[in-house]
Amino acid sequence: MLALHTLWFILLAILWVGFFVLEGFDLGVGALHTVVGRTEDEQRAAINTIGPWWDGNEVWLIVAGAGTFAAFPGWYATWFSALYLALLLVLAALMARGVAFEFRGKSDDPRWRRTWSLCLTIGSLLIPLLLGVGLGDLLTGLPINAEHEFTGNFFDLLRPYGLFTGITLLVLCLLHGCTFLRLRSGPPITDRARSLSRPLGWVAVALVVGFVIWTRAEVGKTVPDPVQALAILAVVFAAVLAPREQHIGWAFTCSAVAIAATVGSLFIHLYPHVMVSSTSAAYDLTVNNAASGHYALAVMTVVTIVFLPLVLLYQGWSFYVFRARVLVPSEPAGTPSQTPAAGPSGPQGGGPEPSAPSPPAAPA
Amino acid sequence: MANELARWQFATTSIYHFLFVPVTIGLAFLVAILQTAWYRNGNPEYRRLCKFFGTLLLINVAVGVVTGLVQEFEFGMNWSLYARYVGDVFGGPLAMEGLAAFFLESTFLGLWLFGWDRLPRRIHLACIWLVSFGTILSAAFIMAANSWMQHPVGYTMNSKGQPQLNNVGALFTNPTFLWGYVHVILASLVTGALVMLAVSAWQIRKREAVASFHHTARLSIAVLLPSLVLALFVGSELGVIEARYQPMKIAAAEAQWKTCKPCSFSLFQIGGGKNDHTPSQIIEIPHVLSLLATNSWNGEVKGLEPLQKEYEKKYGPGEYVPNVFLQYWSMRIMAYIASLVLLFTLWGAWLLHRGALERSKWFLRLAMWAVVTPFAMNTAGWMLTENGRQPWIVQGLMKTVKANSPAVSSGEVWASLVAFILIFTALGAADVFLMLRYARKGLPTEQPQPHRTVPATSPVLTY
Repeated sequence: MLALHTLWFILLAILWVGFFVLEGFDLGVGALHTVVGRTEDEQRAAINTIGPWWDGNEVWLIVAGAGTFAAFPGWYATWFSALYLALLLVLAALMARGVAFEFRGKSDDPRWRRTWSLCLTIGSLLIPLLLGVGLGDLLTGLPINAEHEFTGNFFDLLRPYGLFTGITLLVLCLLHGCTFLRLRSGPPITDRARSLSRPLGWVAVALVVGFVIWTRAEVGKTVPDPVQALAILAVVFAAVLAPREQHIGWAFTCSAVAIAATVGSLFIHLYPHVMVSSTSAAYDLTVNNAASGHYALAVMTVVTIVFLPLVLLYQGWSFYVFRARVLVPSEPAGTPSQTPAAGPSGPQGGGPEPSAPSPPAAPA
Repeated sequence: MANELARWQFATTSIYHFLFVPVTIGLAFLVAILQTAWYRNGNPEYRRLCKFFGTLLLINVAVGVVTGLVQEFEFGMNWSLYARYVGDVFGGPLAMEGLAAFFLESTFLGLWLFGWDRLPRRIHLACIWLVSFGTILSAAFIMAANSWMQHPVGYTMNSKGQPQLNNVGALFTNPTFLWGYVHVILASLVTGALVMLAVSAWQIRKREAVASFHHTARLSIAVLLPSLVLALFVGSELGVIEARYQPMKIAAAEAQWKTCKPCSFSLFQIGGGKNDHTPSQIIEIPHVLSLLATNSWNGEVKGLEPLQKEYEKKYGPGEYVPNVFLQYWSMRIMAYIASLVLLFTLWGAWLLHRGALERSKWFLRLAMWAVVTPFAMNTAGWMLTENGRQPWIVQGLMKTVKANSPAVSSGEVWASLVAFILIFTALGAADVFLMLRYARKGLPTEQPQPHRTVPATSPVLTY
């Protein structure tokens, strides 16, 4: 019988994986929107590809955080207070990026737009980088004392392994953003995303391979790990497929799997620890000593079993509703594109365009 | 020092966050009503009104959501001892909020915003109602968590001396929660309605689309009047509950140092602080405090002095009296403004009844300025309830001074406090700039296009 605290460790890992797979592409698009889009219309088109979803994607992170608080209060307390200044930066990035979506288009002043574009870009770059550092630090260890309190300073957070994890996740997000844009926008954005994905793909391969080797060295594992193998396989396929004309859906699937397996493998090798203490192994936080009581975990498990499938259902529906491409307006600025969607339409690619849901009803 | 700063930070960020929350809850509900009206009568005017106020809602949601992120992180960053101690009970509602409410709210807001003319009308209408439901549900979890800090229930102490959840139902049947939650929702409706009324008044005064904005003025008064009356009633019941579980809070709100029976209410007084236990009450109304605190004409209200002695005996030496000045005045600011707004609303209702609203220069002018009142009331209400719990972070279980993060230096808290103030100022400036800009604009000119040839899935550039 699976212990509840182990189940909750798995659930939190799933939430983090879900966050990076979903928010991963919108972070990538946010970071690259001024690279793939040169004119105002192109930039707007790029932003609008993630428009309906980025907020819902971000909730995966919030729930991962709150879920840690509920299921492992000891972990939440130590982790968040240890990462203090790093999380301050994450918050600043999340805030600047979050309002940028809504605020950017609300004024025609080019300076106003440039400012929010900058917030969107920098925020989207910082978030995966810093969260990667924070996740990597869990595994490589931070100075933590017997009371489970962090005893280091800001520079103790910048461990080489943590930084490497951050850079790996950042590049994976950029690649994921490119494969996503290929699916959901039109030329010239897709062309630029395609040419970007060639160098990004191979850098990602190098980083993921490095990450896998380094992780194995950190935890001293010698047995082969299928999830790590999957991460390498997926990122290689993504690198090969992303620059091609065809198979865009598969490229996107591969970049999604690569992110999922990379983040997932980190949690697999972290278990049964949740936070390693570099001071003494006796002070490590584990799923046992950081968890809530059985009753609280049972309640949270029931709540999750009820709500998570519902969330998947309506988020999936939202992805289905807005599956068509966002094209750069061909008319003068401000007029929405009237061109029907064309080209492959789903992550699987190559499939026929699904029939549109019922057209808007005429007013009575 | 770090503790003091962390308190300042929490107060600053949560008060700021709660400027936006009630606008979101209130306006989402009102926009849903406008869209329902459009769905029912097909009058394009309502569609334009819905989009107009929808834009204001979205600008607010953006800032409300991102400032809420700070709250979620702050418990762990600044208050690690608190988080470690109460997570078993307190973390649950926060996680439930994310799972049940945040996902719902954000996904359907995206569907609503990008779904105009793309989703069938009935489904699009359901989206805004789900957003509204999400905002109201989200407040339930937060209020359950907060009420547990005011009046802890549903737990046992475990072997480590920490509260451990043993009855989740108790969190949601906690009397402090039931009354507090309803009070917050009503206050949010009042806030949303006053914002809508102010914007409508501005537009009517400008003589633009007078007929359209007359609809929204009427709608806001129709929501405002019952919400306000109920909020006053529920608020006073909440006072009775708090007097039972947190007698210090209510005694301090009246600067009542000695036990009294029956007790009078002072409209205004001088003194009454820590070193002046016999304030000069300027205008006294007999029996009113007894009524407010106990629901009975001759009820006894325990004074701060005997309560302090009682607490010392129970919890050991220490200062158990909250800041009396803050309590006394936040209570009065909230109640007095609410009474004035009630009079103002009655005036508006009478004008509506007489069909004279759009001609009443003074009412319209006042309505524009009345928009500041809900923010003052909401802030005062939270000051009353949170300051009144001090010195406790969890009433009777943990003191605020022992709850902050030992790993975080005061320099770090300074840095984050300054950073948040700068960011919040910038966000606030951008928000006010956009709100004014869009509130002053006329109704959107676009017309619904019933016979579009575009496939329903082809999105437009909404952002």
